[in-house]
Amino acid sequence: MRVVTIPEPDDFDAWRDAARDLAAASVPPDDVVWQVGDVPTDLFAGESNTRALPGAAPAFGVPRAFLDLARSAILSREPERFALLYTLLTRLRREPKLMEDRADRLVRRLEEMAKAVRRDIHKMRAFLRFREVAEEGGSRYVAWFEPEHHIVRANAAFFVNRFASMRWSILTPELSLHWDGKALAQGPGATRGDAPEGDPTEEVWKTYYASIFNPARLKVGAMLKEMPRKYWKNMPETALVPELLAGAQAREAQMIDTARTAAPSPKGTNSMAAWQALREEALGCTRCPLYAPATQTVFGEGPIDAEMMIVGEQPGDQEDLAGRPFVGPAGQVFDRAMAAAEVDRTRVYVTNAVKHFKFEPRGKRRIHAKPGTGEIEACRWWIGQELALVRPRMTVAMGATAARSLFGRTMTISRERGRVLDLPDGGAAWITVHPSYLLRLPDKVQAEEEFARFVEDLRAAAKVVA
Amino acid sequence: MTGATFAQVLSVPAPGPARPFTHVTSPGITGLSNLVRLAPGTYIERMAQLDTREKLAILADAAKYDASCASSGTAKRNSADGKGIGSTEGMGICHAYAPDGRCISLLKILLTNSCIFDCHYCINRKSSNVRRARFTADEVVELTLAFYRRNYIEGLFLSSGIIRSPDYTMEQLVEVARSLREDHHFRGYIHLKTIPDADPELVRLAGVHADRVSINVELPTAGGLKRLAPEKDGARIEGAMADVKASIADSRDATRKYKSAPRFAPAGQSTQMIVGADAATDGDIVKRASTLYDRFGLRRVYYSAFSPIPDASAVLPLRRPPLMREHRLYQSDWLMRFYDYRPDEVVAAADPSTGMLPLDIDPKLAWALRFRDRFPIDINRAPREMLLRVPGLGVKAVNAILTSRRWRRLRLDDVARLTVSVTKIRPFIVAEDWRPVMLTDRADLKPLVTPKREQLELFAA
Repeated sequence: MRVVTIPEPDDFDAWRDAARDLAAASVPPDDVVWQVGDVPTDLFAGESNTRALPGAAPAFGVPRAFLDLARSAILSREPERFALLYTLLTRLRREPKLMEDRADRLVRRLEEMAKAVRRDIHKMRAFLRFREVAEEGGSRYVAWFEPEHHIVRANAAFFVNRFASMRWSILTPELSLHWDGKALAQGPGATRGDAPEGDPTEEVWKTYYASIFNPARLKVGAMLKEMPRKYWKNMPETALVPELLAGAQAREAQMIDTARTAAPSPKGTNSMAAWQALREEALGCTRCPLYAPATQTVFGEGPIDAEMMIVGEQPGDQEDLAGRPFVGPAGQVFDRAMAAAEVDRTRVYVTNAVKHFKFEPRGKRRIHAKPGTGEIEACRWWIGQELALVRPRMTVAMGATAARSLFGRTMTISRERGRVLDLPDGGAAWITVHPSYLLRLPDKVQAEEEFARFVEDLRAAAKVVA
Repeated sequence: MTGATFAQVLSVPAPGPARPFTHVTSPGITGLSNLVRLAPGTYIERMAQLDTREKLAILADAAKYDASCASSGTAKRNSADGKGIGSTEGMGICHAYAPDGRCISLLKILLTNSCIFDCHYCINRKSSNVRRARFTADEVVELTLAFYRRNYIEGLFLSSGIIRSPDYTMEQLVEVARSLREDHHFRGYIHLKTIPDADPELVRLAGVHADRVSINVELPTAGGLKRLAPEKDGARIEGAMADVKASIADSRDATRKYKSAPRFAPAGQSTQMIVGADAATDGDIVKRASTLYDRFGLRRVYYSAFSPIPDASAVLPLRRPPLMREHRLYQSDWLMRFYDYRPDEVVAAADPSTGMLPLDIDPKLAWALRFRDRFPIDINRAPREMLLRVPGLGVKAVNAILTSRRWRRLRLDDVARLTVSVTKIRPFIVAEDWRPVMLTDRADLKPLVTPKREQLELFAA
């Protein structure tokens, strides 16, 4: 059993020199015990017996990839890193292309180790925070950092290159680094108490941290993945996180509320221009394939400050040609019912769930076809915009298509009819049948009954906002 | 050695009288520290301190709707010569993460949030009644340096509302960058947002000082831009992007001939689109992004889910921002940039009737499920471009498979070691000891590979 002593935990050169001699002498990995400094790693290793190896052995080469891997992996805090690297080295002499087998267990294990080291190096560059303290002839920037691996010396060049004109010190439990503007010096390890308490600029930084955060888009998991809690204790801004999280939902609700209640442009002023621009944009809509065979987009119409909005299914043959909603046969039934219910159509905003006419050509006629869920989904965007602009207190959905569009899910008319419902985005809603259903009823008595029920629905819905 | 006090520690390299720590009270540190080091307690100083922080709160709050915080891909610099401060490496560093999951790499602020434009999606538009504030160029410079010295940031991302005129605003932005670079020899990262109508000479100066310049196209469709940003002109925005592209190309040519030729925006240009404020479908957005990449040689297109803003215009809906949609668009962007998908292939992953990418699964998996006939793929034989199509195999895993399989035939547990989750990949691959006969032909493959939805806790602490 040979004992090899590496003077410092991150000393790559010492490991390389020892490993080169051992490998040249073909010493099997099981025969070597590696230890750092004067801390024994093996109770049974006995006396320190780094006895001289026989004569200078012939030199041998290793792939570049191995050296790169070893340089990182040696910084790991895993005690077996020296032994694993030596095992890989001996295997490399037999299998020179082993480094290219990325799926090999040992290569993989060491890759993982090196990856953890590289991540720690990166996080030290990211999360280390300097605090300014007074010193003779100016100031010094002092940081306290607790790395996971033996990376401090390897990381020194980065801080020298970046902060060469400052005087700074980095304190860690293992060692400390000091830069005076010209030379880097190493000192013994330190404790947190050795580092300064605070820095007035941290308050300014915290102000920035709190302001740049958008409470409307909380993604705590994404934050924790990249900034795990173990780093938090040395980062001043993280003290704010619990408070920001707790306040986020309230702040978002407030953002929406203030805008909803005290909108700067009251209904009817800039909303009219916005509605016209929206209609113009809708005329060129290609969100679903229905635009191709249809004549034109049939957008909603009516006063922009209407208290009530009525949503139908889709334009029919006559609406498609006229470009206006509810002018065909079903529209006439609708008008008759509105008159019977004593609701003034000119004071209601009327629109359709789907804005293009879907049909199947049969001979010279275009036969109405029911829009699919895909088409309803594609067109929901427009309904959403119309609702946001008009902000009606009551929205009437006529038929299953309109109900699906407003609620985003299938609604059973018979079950939901006859009472006030809540829309997902606020406001009241009422579900009833589509007037074309009344046209299709063959039995005259039943048609009259159903018409009366439809009128009753319209009247009840109008009463809610009256 | 852990018992040593800092004074002892410090005395190792520089022997001298040990002194207890005190906060900076010495003169000679300028700017921001000026405000805080004056005798505490007096009314005026406290006001001054409040003032900088208050302005910072307003102007950072106003800047948070810009998604970009990248500080990668610029020329390598350092300040080892002892003059000035700062360095850049190939890869940027995120110095903190906010609870919205976004990286904080740069000090991202507006010079002012006053604006003569009235874009409806923007919190700073003329008709909004948010509080207004304005930094001077010097204040921004001091703030940047103070943050940089403490290792809070990689650099500065400066944008601005338009005041007086586009040229005047652009001059102010350029002055901040010039002062940082020339007066303070700042070698960190600078990202300047350019104002579309500004004089081309000012835009050129911006590129000379900054690592990256950007102009936002704002909305994916021309109709949307017309409706929501009536004063902005899509053609002029694209004209400015074309100018920047030409300047970048010129400077590349020049540096090839003369090493000392001035660099122009070495980290290239980027842009941003708002998602969910106009009628564009995912298909439209993907196609628009790919033409932007092709025509203007952009480094990045950012997507920003439209989020409710305080004091929003009545023109826009107030909803929760479509974060998952934004995420899927970024994933589709990745497929085009790193996985060799053509834009029409990404669009093929979307639902044909709505043009929207599925929200429950990622676009790569959606594509694979739509084109089941292309799978399974033999891990030991398939070319690189087909391996990249396997859902769950990333670029790194594919590279590792390609080098490893030169030496032996890979088995399923070899693949497992190279990837995060082999369960997701299994139905799509053939390995030495694995053939997914039953899996690939199952009609109900989708539920097997779709990530499980987590039931959220109703009364979570």
